[in-house]
Amino acid sequence: MRELLEQETSSAAPQHPWLARRAVLSDPVERYRRMVEIRCTEDWVKQLFTDGLVAGSTHTCQGQEAVSVGVAAAARPADTVVCTYRGHGHALALGMAPEPLIAEILGRESGCVGGVGGSMHLSGRVIGLMPTMAIVGAGIPIAAGVAWAAQATKRDDVAIALFGDGAANIGAFHEGINLAAVWRLPVVFVCENNLYGEYSSISDTTGVTDIATRASSYGIPGEIVDGQDLDAVTSAMSAAIDRARSGEGPSLLEMKTYRYSGHSRSDTGAYRPAGELETWLARDPLQLYAARLAAMGAASPEELEAIRTETRQSVELAVAAAKSAKEPASDAMFRHVLEGVR
Amino acid sequence: MTTVRKLRMRQAIAAAMADEMAADPTVVLLGEDVGAAGGVFKTSEGLLETFGPMRVRDTPISEMGFMGAAVGAAAAGLRPIAEIMFAEFMGVALDQLVTEAAKLRYLSRGEYGVPLVVRMSAGPGLGFGAQHSQTLEHWFAATAGLKVVSPSGANAAYGLLRAAIRDNDPVVFIEPRVLYGEREEVHAGDDAIAALGKARVIKPGADVTVVALGQTVLTAMAASSGTDWSAEIIDLQTLQPWDRETVLDSARRTGRLVTIEANPMAGGWGADLAATAAAELFGRLRAPVLRVTCPDLPVPFASALESRYVPSPDYLRHMITAIVADNRLPRAWWEEEASA
Repeated sequence: MRELLEQETSSAAPQHPWLARRAVLSDPVERYRRMVEIRCTEDWVKQLFTDGLVAGSTHTCQGQEAVSVGVAAAARPADTVVCTYRGHGHALALGMAPEPLIAEILGRESGCVGGVGGSMHLSGRVIGLMPTMAIVGAGIPIAAGVAWAAQATKRDDVAIALFGDGAANIGAFHEGINLAAVWRLPVVFVCENNLYGEYSSISDTTGVTDIATRASSYGIPGEIVDGQDLDAVTSAMSAAIDRARSGEGPSLLEMKTYRYSGHSRSDTGAYRPAGELETWLARDPLQLYAARLAAMGAASPEELEAIRTETRQSVELAVAAAKSAKEPASDAMFRHVLEGVR
Repeated sequence: MTTVRKLRMRQAIAAAMADEMAADPTVVLLGEDVGAAGGVFKTSEGLLETFGPMRVRDTPISEMGFMGAAVGAAAAGLRPIAEIMFAEFMGVALDQLVTEAAKLRYLSRGEYGVPLVVRMSAGPGLGFGAQHSQTLEHWFAATAGLKVVSPSGANAAYGLLRAAIRDNDPVVFIEPRVLYGEREEVHAGDDAIAALGKARVIKPGADVTVVALGQTVLTAMAASSGTDWSAEIIDLQTLQPWDRETVLDSARRTGRLVTIEANPMAGGWGADLAATAAAELFGRLRAPVLRVTCPDLPVPFASALESRYVPSPDYLRHMITAIVADNRLPRAWWEEEASA
């Protein structure tokens, strides 16, 4: 029987490489590797921007890697993730390879959407990543609609909306979550509370400290999660996804986290109180998880160091490949505006 | 098989949705009071009873929320029809349509299409006042990634709405509110499904081409009967993409082009036609392009005011008669009165 199964698996069509990258997240060590990859990639994106190779703006997520990887580890590829312009980490976690991601940020032909998107617009249906949305809060009702499609067609996939604490004050948050609550939709709302909406502290913009408390006003469960603790994120996400999948409706999870960089590359984060960054760096999600893996005996300190070295090298190669990739030809801009036009 | 029935436009709209919902289980309808109430303009009567609450969904008063839900559902396998009760209510949901729906295909390399129809009632003439009477086509027509359609009556509404639901891209379907109660013979059935992007010549003529859209088609028909000039009347039907070939061919033949619009002059759809005609038919027209529109004002409430605000058949006849007489551009009534 086992042999038969293996035969069937091996005779199946070759798996999309992004799905293979997703599947390995069942291994805790690979989850660590992915967090390291996100950190390295984001550090490179920052550098590429400084070097003048990234046009417009870019929004990096150093410090928030555990949320990305925890969500991806808990979700199935058939589940749909609707996230924001701070989406590089989510895309990599879900399985996108670094090269098409970096190439997209550089506006190259080999970018994940051929260079028409840029840093804020990544997409990959094979891994359930809808185009990342650059309007604060816009993805929240859209995720509800994705969940309605699953509910109406009796599929068991769920939708996951990822958004920042800034989105908790925009109308789409209220309308989208209320709709999901009254229709009992299979969706998980995940707020990455990194304490700042653009340049403003949450205490200056928001009447509550904990976004999760807002769940009660929609009659759905709300939970505060330590967003720096990968296992905490994964288990909270798994529970909320199970709940959604079994027809019990939406939940709101608030991941307490922190972005080490400013809002975007023009923001140095000068408004942050002295010592705040250091306090959060002391609970760095990569270091916390490395310590846990070592304590569990899942990986030795040497093995973890090797992972960091290998990942740095592989991301460097991806950056080099993306930098040498072709600029898109002008006909690329005419494609996919409408179906069947060009 | 085609059946012919006399229907009001609101009934033809309901019939088009019912036929598409029967043909395709992924077609769904959502909006405020579309289910139990059958729509505030009775455009979805009977659908809840036939197709059930999972496919005919009443929503909270949350246009941004349910428009977003429609976009997400469209990207994830349904073919939603979202009803916006009054076109102005799109103001609070515009992001979801122009910034999300219109761009998801583009930003996903074609992996996520948005087969969405947004139906909305629109237009002046019924005393709904400044915030419930605009046509607003131009809000949508300038956004790449959207199609914009407006029917001129029950028969057109049936064929165009079925085509819009079958289209794999977002279609804004603007229903002239003044026509909901108008009855005419409707050809129903699969053979009656219209083509988007095609204008319809509804009356041939030799002296002037009159292009109308939605509720102004009736105005054009009424204005051109019993005149000593003959107008070729074109129902534009689709505003984005509009049918350049039909409009320009007709104007080339008649030598005169008039647009009749139920919207203000500024930014109205006729401006695009006029600019195209000026470029494509330079030197070929006998007269300047004439746009007959509303003044650049909010829609006034009092009947005495609104009936002047909206171009009437008499006013349109007066304007066409003037331009056919001497090929010179007549001034709009409010310009005449200001200089008197």
